[in-house]
Amino acid sequence: MGVPGVAKPRNIARLLLLSVVALALGGCSLPTFGGFRGATSQGQTEFRLWSWMTIAGLVVAVIVWGLIVWAIVAYRRRDPDKMPRQFQSNPIIEIIYTAIPIIIVGFIFFYTVVAENKIDTLAPNPPVRITVTGFQWGWSFSYRNSENKQIALVETAQPKPPLLAASPLSKEYPRFELPLGETAQITLLSNDVVHTFYVPAFNFGRQALPGQTNRFDFTPVQKGVFAGHCATYCGLYHSEMLFSVAVVSPAAYRSWLSTQSASGAAS
Amino acid sequence: MTVLADRPEVFGGVPEPEHVHEHGPSGFLKWVTSTDHKVIGKNYTVTAVIFFLLAGAMAMLIRAQLANPDSTFLSQHTYNEMFTMHGSLMIYLFVGPVAFGGLANYIVPLQIGAPDMAFPRLNALSYWLYLGGGSLMMMGFLTTGSAADFGWVAYAPLSNSINTPGAGPDLWIVALVLTGFSAIFTGVNLVSTIYYLRAPGMTMFRMPIFTWNMLVTGILILIAFPVFTSALVFLWCDRHLGAHIYEVSGGGVPVLWQDLFWFFGHPEVYILALPFFGIVTDVIAVFCRKPIFGYRGMVFATISIAALSTSVWAHHMFTTGVVLLPFFSLMSYLIAVPTGIKFFNWIGTMWRGSVKFDTPMLFCLGFLATFLIGGVTGILLASPPIDFATHDTYFVVAHFHSVVMALVMGAFAGFYYWYPKMTGRMLRERIGKISFWFMFIGTNVTFDPQYLLGLKGMPRRIAEYAASDGYTTLNRISSVGAALLFISVALFVVNVVWSWWVPIPAGDNPWDATTLEWATTSPPPHHNFLTLPPIRSRRPVWDKNHPEHRILDHDKARLGGMLAAPGGTAVLLDEVGVDGGDPPSKEQNR
Repeated sequence: MGVPGVAKPRNIARLLLLSVVALALGGCSLPTFGGFRGATSQGQTEFRLWSWMTIAGLVVAVIVWGLIVWAIVAYRRRDPDKMPRQFQSNPIIEIIYTAIPIIIVGFIFFYTVVAENKIDTLAPNPPVRITVTGFQWGWSFSYRNSENKQIALVETAQPKPPLLAASPLSKEYPRFELPLGETAQITLLSNDVVHTFYVPAFNFGRQALPGQTNRFDFTPVQKGVFAGHCATYCGLYHSEMLFSVAVVSPAAYRSWLSTQSASGAAS
Repeated sequence: MTVLADRPEVFGGVPEPEHVHEHGPSGFLKWVTSTDHKVIGKNYTVTAVIFFLLAGAMAMLIRAQLANPDSTFLSQHTYNEMFTMHGSLMIYLFVGPVAFGGLANYIVPLQIGAPDMAFPRLNALSYWLYLGGGSLMMMGFLTTGSAADFGWVAYAPLSNSINTPGAGPDLWIVALVLTGFSAIFTGVNLVSTIYYLRAPGMTMFRMPIFTWNMLVTGILILIAFPVFTSALVFLWCDRHLGAHIYEVSGGGVPVLWQDLFWFFGHPEVYILALPFFGIVTDVIAVFCRKPIFGYRGMVFATISIAALSTSVWAHHMFTTGVVLLPFFSLMSYLIAVPTGIKFFNWIGTMWRGSVKFDTPMLFCLGFLATFLIGGVTGILLASPPIDFATHDTYFVVAHFHSVVMALVMGAFAGFYYWYPKMTGRMLRERIGKISFWFMFIGTNVTFDPQYLLGLKGMPRRIAEYAASDGYTTLNRISSVGAALLFISVALFVVNVVWSWWVPIPAGDNPWDATTLEWATTSPPPHHNFLTLPPIRSRRPVWDKNHPEHRILDHDKARLGGMLAAPGGTAVLLDEVGVDGGDPPSKEQNR
């Protein structure tokens, strides 16, 4: 008679084995599946979780798609007069396919909590402190010293821009700098409506909420200039609320900061 | 009272002729005055489909705008109106109402052998509130300012009177208060009907899964919609009475809106989804000629999804930095468990069945394949770190469109499956199948590239992007997919119009279906049933048509007396004098 529902355990095992082998052949670098590897240590933590969870998701999806395709091909109606057996339950199978997802959920929940705790950790004495304020439609990046006094300021020059459709990296939009390998703490505020400070390459976004202060750390591990957007719809010129962030060597960062401070003092 | 008084005799009782003939007005007057759940259900369905077509047209404009970088096809302002109204029409006025107001209104009383909904006049009020609300929302386009342009989520304080002044946003708020009450009344009606108007023999565990899911949907509506409706009234008070509920300046909390909205918003996802889960469950069983596999597991899965859905709302707010991440993450992950049970039960129903690929079944398979994508990406988004990286990007847009397009395929499965019951006519299979393939391929071509766009960092709701951003190719593929979806829906409209001009008579039970709505004529008479077949299992019509293919004995024994009386269905049918000896055939039952 056989047990309906688990007709091909060997096929499933083979599939799992194949995906593990494929991973092993891929070497030590995890597949990106189109995501960023992360230009900060926090972003890299997110990336590892993303990659592993996507692998797990794909394995589950392929198994389920496979079962669906198998069912509709193997059991398509060939003889209209033949009536299938009218069975309607199999408690053992049903318990198994309830229990396995619970176990999977346990695993991914554990790794999720580990990753999110790493990403949300705040350094007690960050070497760089920046207060970022979102407003309609632009950003200000105020560099602060340890007494929370402003030492430099970068901000959007033209809050109500003409229609630009330019890259976030272009000169019309503000660019702030971060030193490579040093932890920068961002204090995020909003002047008016809800915005989201979002740097795709850092794998991180956080809402800028009016009346609410958000803090998070970036520890850049890769030099470069990265695009930033407002991600939460904030009104007419939402598409123009762009910025960029440059990760440079600590020395270059200090000299950039001193020129910013000088021009800031002059204005 | 009249509803109860008009119940037919259960076993072959012949009603008086007066009951057979529908009296009362016809045509437009019938449409306006009827309290018959079938008329109201049809009104709801047609109205919802019109909103669907309007929202689809807006989606075409959105995709046309995004097909090119530096696009000036629409102004930024018009673009903002378009995505706001597209989302609002689809979510508030189509996917939900077409299920709980349209299909459920029509089908649930038939599936449980009831003559009407429990409160027919309240049902009519629901429809008129819905039509009034929907029309009010659309009237935003006629105001001097504009229609609402704060996104369908209307985050405070963007939705206050300073940032989005004008009559269009006010109309949007008032419209949703009206449709909110409409949904609440429908929820009351569904729950009361299913609890109190089941025919003799229709125990809870004999109800079709669609009816079960509508019961749970009704309860979810009663949990979620009052919160949303109140939140909208608060918003209106903020805008016009200076209430400062969501305003920092008066000591209010803007995040409160997000909490209230998503406390509604996530159960709303299941208010939208559960009806279509039900349709898919019942349709798959019919087209595989098998009972639903794991029926009770299915019911408990539905109930646990509904229960969990009330404690996951803040996964929409992971990036606010003010919610307890692990709790909402775990609750969201756990929804995968009952959803997985459903998937395996669907597969179990097909397993060793006799699968026939008529249009409703094709749409169900499209639902399974597409919903799986939406489900797996939903698990990814339930992880706060991954959500930090993808929140409010096209990854999220792609995720919920995979989900909602799966539901739309479930809706089309329902249309094609029940259209014969509603009209007595068949829709054409060939056009239906072509329409299905356009929809299935179109959905994946439109929305799968959007996952990659989101991962590249394209935020949602931007009216334009630069060529150097590298979003162009994927956006163009997506726009081509949207054109395929347009063709699919156009073919559906052609199919309906064609069936209107050149009808193909359907008969009472063209699909050899099993549940009670197929025991009456197509379309059913006033108050639905002249006679009811005996209800001794989950498949009363099947028992009558295929008495020799009853559910296997060992299954019955396992489920105890709840399922069917001892001795076998055929014997019982003989006892009550119903001819149960016909071989399986395509002939219509009476």
